[in-house]
Amino acid sequence: MSIETNTIPTLKSIPQWFEAVVAKEGNAFSGLLRERSAALADFNRLGFPHKKLEKWRNTDLKISLSFDYSLATADFRMQDVLDEVFECDVQELDTYVMNLYKGRFFYKDNPLHILDGGVIVGSLKAAFDQYPELVKKYFGKYATTENNAFNALNTALFLDGLFVYVPKNVILEKPLQLINAVGTTEDVFVQNRNLIILEENSQLTLIQCDDSYNYKRSLTNSVTEIVIGANASLDHYRLQNINNNSTLISSIAIEQDRDSRLNTNSIILNGGLIRNETYTKLIGEGAQADIYGVYLADKNQLIDNQVYVDHTVPHCTSNELFKGILDDYARAVFKGHILVRKDAQKTLAFQNNANIILTDKAMINTKPFLEIYADDVKCSHGATVGQLDESALFYIRQRGISEDNARLLLMYAFAADVTQKIKIESLRDRIEDMVKRRLRGELSICDQCVLQCSTPEKYNFEIDMTKI
Amino acid sequence: MLLQVKNLHVSINGKEILKGINLEVNKGEVHAIMGPNGTGKSTLAVVIAGKDGYEITQGEILYNGKDIQDMSPEIRAQEGIFLGFQYPIEIPGVSMTNFMRTSLNEIRKYHGEEPIPAKEFLAKMAEKKDLVEITAKLTNRSVNEGFSGGEKKKNEIFQMAMLEPQLAILDETDSGLDIDALRIVANGVNKLKTSDNATVVITHYQRLLDYIVPDFVHVLFEGKVVLSGGKELAFELEEKGYDWIKKEMELSKS
Repeated sequence: MSIETNTIPTLKSIPQWFEAVVAKEGNAFSGLLRERSAALADFNRLGFPHKKLEKWRNTDLKISLSFDYSLATADFRMQDVLDEVFECDVQELDTYVMNLYKGRFFYKDNPLHILDGGVIVGSLKAAFDQYPELVKKYFGKYATTENNAFNALNTALFLDGLFVYVPKNVILEKPLQLINAVGTTEDVFVQNRNLIILEENSQLTLIQCDDSYNYKRSLTNSVTEIVIGANASLDHYRLQNINNNSTLISSIAIEQDRDSRLNTNSIILNGGLIRNETYTKLIGEGAQADIYGVYLADKNQLIDNQVYVDHTVPHCTSNELFKGILDDYARAVFKGHILVRKDAQKTLAFQNNANIILTDKAMINTKPFLEIYADDVKCSHGATVGQLDESALFYIRQRGISEDNARLLLMYAFAADVTQKIKIESLRDRIEDMVKRRLRGELSICDQCVLQCSTPEKYNFEIDMTKI
Repeated sequence: MLLQVKNLHVSINGKEILKGINLEVNKGEVHAIMGPNGTGKSTLAVVIAGKDGYEITQGEILYNGKDIQDMSPEIRAQEGIFLGFQYPIEIPGVSMTNFMRTSLNEIRKYHGEEPIPAKEFLAKMAEKKDLVEITAKLTNRSVNEGFSGGEKKKNEIFQMAMLEPQLAILDETDSGLDIDALRIVANGVNKLKTSDNATVVITHYQRLLDYIVPDFVHVLFEGKVVLSGGKELAFELEEKGYDWIKKEMELSKS
């Protein structure tokens, strides 16, 4: 750790950031100082992850950490943000679209909204103020800091993030979109922290977008904690389209109670270095976790997906499917770890990672991994790495379709296995279109999940409520 | 002349498969190519369609008088050559609608035409589905995925109907079909016949030729056309079997 200090510029700013964050808080996050200090101690003990650690063997953060980032602790005026970041254009901010800017909550009039049925949506910082009991019951219980440096750093330094509370028996029909914008004027270190609570029998659709607005460098460490109560259901999407200079570490820690359903789908369109960690712990019988992802990478990009499913009780199901297409010198890492504990009999757990490598320089390190202690379970895992199917290419070309378009069709089709699992039709269409444009080389960093520069009429998903 | 194959020699990995094929097909004609397994029938079909991995060591293939050897498979298709596959490929994730629209539009673009209007396209899909008696919805189905053997073959004829090629080569379209599917497939082919196009059916069995009546029958053996004749040749083959050809060939050698 001490040896590393001198070689990682990002490290040297951490003590002063901590001072600034704590000083700034005043009465906000009341009582959190102890947790923050403990988390900082954990981080100081752990240091930034390096390649000697098993979990980071294939993902080198050296370059990402070699810059002198700043943490945006100063206040900002809404108009400045508009001018600076939303150059593309500004969408109407409504209750169902939440914006984070440099890790801070960005709102028009009220940081917290109460929706029908008592749903609370808005700034985590405001929620700490207004609903301290509720927030503290869950905060920090899932994204633990003892063994995870980025969780520790986030807990010590986060400025704000999204808070969602869906009470018992309430269904929030309209999807909630969280846009984390990392367009900046400087090398910025973004630490956002989200807490999503679904009580018994509730339902929520959450779309988490990580977008760049320009080519400025950034390092984002996003931590999301999600609690899914008994028989509750979360439909969750991560859409990532950041510039090639930026690094995104996005960790999600979930706990699922009896008969709960998680559907989470990561659509990774572009990014210099993206590492997604998804941890779910199934603590109630009958819980189901469907964890999907698709990643498209070229140039020198690195995309790393780490999935950890912890089956602690009987009769739970988990499905994992991750598919990737790699071009140029791109690299991808997949590690899926399914732990089936001794008591978790009748577990069904399936895991698959499939890759298409378009050049001989692109590379995938894939490690599907089962760790099973129960004796009456059905589990499978597999990984494939291949090229496009030549016989299918000939078949398509024989119908008059050019070789380039035939390749594209096969690549869309490959990715469609994952994108077709998107439940909201209009979102699925939008994403499939973005995937196509990405594969055709037509996607820009101004193409975000809800914002698009040239076609303002497309700002909204125009979600058809009857289809949800 | 639509298709002219002249003294065609083709090798795969240095092994000669076709050893001097001659074949002439005019507009308005139906040709049948028969022969025992492994004599090069499918090789001839895919070489005309332009598949990679086959080396033409001698001879030429002229289509509408043009040498097509250097044309990519898609250009040949756009020029009007259609291959009905013996084993149609499953393409999960590509819907039939998307596949056909892309295909049709690329062919139209090649001929300097505008993309097909959506309404016209859908009407055409419906019409051609009826032609091959496809009752299932194709809109959301991936190309050949989960299709039965018979459905896959019907789907080949459906695509042929959509693309309206000038030269259709149907490679063992009859194999694995029950009698009803065979009738439907043959009906489709017959209805698509005009004075401006031609069909080459490759088959192992005479059965198909009860439904699609050929103007010419060619017997392929050991990489060469050893016999050509009218439709009566098919009956003779059916009666005497391929052993007859083999014996004749051995006699002529000695």
